[in-house]
Amino acid sequence: MVENRPWANVFAHLMLIGGVALVVFPVYIAIVASTQAPGDLLRGSLPMWPGSHGWENYKAMWSTGLSRAGAPPAGQMLWNSFVMAMAITVGKLSISLLSAFAIVYFRFRFRMFFFWLIFITLMLPVEVRIIPTYQVVADLSMLNSFAGLSIPLIASATATFLFRQFFMTVPEEMLEAARVDGAGPLKFFKDILMPLSITNIAALFVIMFIYGWNQYLWPLLITTDPDYYTIVMGIQRMTSEENPQWHLIMAAVVLAALPPVLVILFMQRLFVKGLTETEK
Amino acid sequence: MQTKRMTFPGHWLPYALLAPQVIITLIFFIWPAGQAMYQSLLREDAFGLKTTFVGLENFARLFRDGAYLNSLSVTAVFAIGTTLLSMSVALLLASTVNRMIRSRSTYTTLLVWPYAIAPAIAGVLWWFIFHPSIGVIPYVLDMVGYDWNHRTSGADAMLLVVFAAAWKQISYNFLFFLAGLQSIPQSLIEAAAIDGASPFKRFWTIVFPLLTPTTFFLMVVNVVYAMFDTFGIIHATTEGGPSQATNTLVYKVYSDGFVGLNLGSSAAQSVILMAIVVALTIVQFRYIERRVNY
Repeated sequence: MVENRPWANVFAHLMLIGGVALVVFPVYIAIVASTQAPGDLLRGSLPMWPGSHGWENYKAMWSTGLSRAGAPPAGQMLWNSFVMAMAITVGKLSISLLSAFAIVYFRFRFRMFFFWLIFITLMLPVEVRIIPTYQVVADLSMLNSFAGLSIPLIASATATFLFRQFFMTVPEEMLEAARVDGAGPLKFFKDILMPLSITNIAALFVIMFIYGWNQYLWPLLITTDPDYYTIVMGIQRMTSEENPQWHLIMAAVVLAALPPVLVILFMQRLFVKGLTETEK
Repeated sequence: MQTKRMTFPGHWLPYALLAPQVIITLIFFIWPAGQAMYQSLLREDAFGLKTTFVGLENFARLFRDGAYLNSLSVTAVFAIGTTLLSMSVALLLASTVNRMIRSRSTYTTLLVWPYAIAPAIAGVLWWFIFHPSIGVIPYVLDMVGYDWNHRTSGADAMLLVVFAAAWKQISYNFLFFLAGLQSIPQSLIEAAAIDGASPFKRFWTIVFPLLTPTTFFLMVVNVVYAMFDTFGIIHATTEGGPSQATNTLVYKVYSDGFVGLNLGSSAAQSVILMAIVVALTIVQFRYIERRVNY
């Protein structure tokens, strides 16, 4: 900073530590609660330090779940979440790469029409058209299936736009050189365009994975079979019970939050890149 | 819209490449959106046996309906509260982190991860902290004489969902504010310091005005977030209650359609929401175009 004021630095650090504490606080409470014995939470005041029942709570949640509340084991719900998140991510990335490639590297009739058709999806989040979309999925008998969980969510204007912008910055000479050497469109796409886009793909992968993992309304509507419950929606089933088992629910909350948080912590650079670019 | 100077020849290939995305868009976006618009003009009787065409009657009813008008104002309070709280905390943290040199990346890491937490999970976390009988904060509030109960008090319930929504959004706002702050030339701030401007004066007369584009962008993004991405927070916690105090527009589309089975009204509400999204998207795009010239 401009001046050297030691007390200001101390104050700034204190404020940041306060900010971090505020951000960590709810999760800390969840971790504390998830390590208590069943009755400990109902005594009126929550203990401030982790208890000694963590292992058994997590084990119970992981392998048996809360069957009384109709929630399957967390291990299985985590797997369902993972499959759904991966299907959404890979699906979004592949169809967006292909359509961005078509829009940038070809001239064909109705190009603008298709471009706007894709563009419109940017404006229609699933929350505002839930009932008709539900009807379509029900008519296609895709309820209670991974296809129904993922396919309706994989059309993404954001990713198509990002790849279009990126392809536009790829030098013209690349294409000219490739064509002189006799490469066809698919070879050019696979051997030149894809390697060049790898960082963009990775950055978007992080953002889309978190988006997919955190889906809530959609799985809630189209899964009635506990075999397809995802962890994020499964937790709601547990809390809406008469006497919620908070120590187990909090264990499930920690398990549900862990994978996307780890993704952000370990891929922070890609995450920041993806976040700032998808919003441009 | 431009393409490359040189393109590939192809008669069917570009269509084949576009096909997956276009088919999914048509089936799961365009068709349902069209259906919503069509259904918004119909009314079903209580048993779903007969539908009649009622024109704009569903819309007219909505704007005469006290519950819908209440939902509009609830959404406005919720969106403004979430945006203000989350953005001010994030700006405070970002401008403090920005003065750090060695510890900047550590603090950034510690502040960004809540972005990964699903809205529904954030809701459950805060619901638990504020739980009237076993929560930590009501326990503390009780000592100062405030009886917190979000099951009976609408104001408490609103505060709860605002806290949960704002908490999750801090990391996003923080990252964008930090990026904005780092693009402000240090020389401007040094020049002001030489002229004797205090840190607070420098912030309000130099830094904050130069952050306006970021602030405006974040305002739009936060309002969109609060309006559309917070369904999980409401559904996993208050479920719109107590007595409609947290029944936002998006939640009401769901509850009227799936729980109340009033399809015509729910579809009309969907159409109004779509109009709001389109308006906000246009605002956002127009603004981004201007930011380029800034």
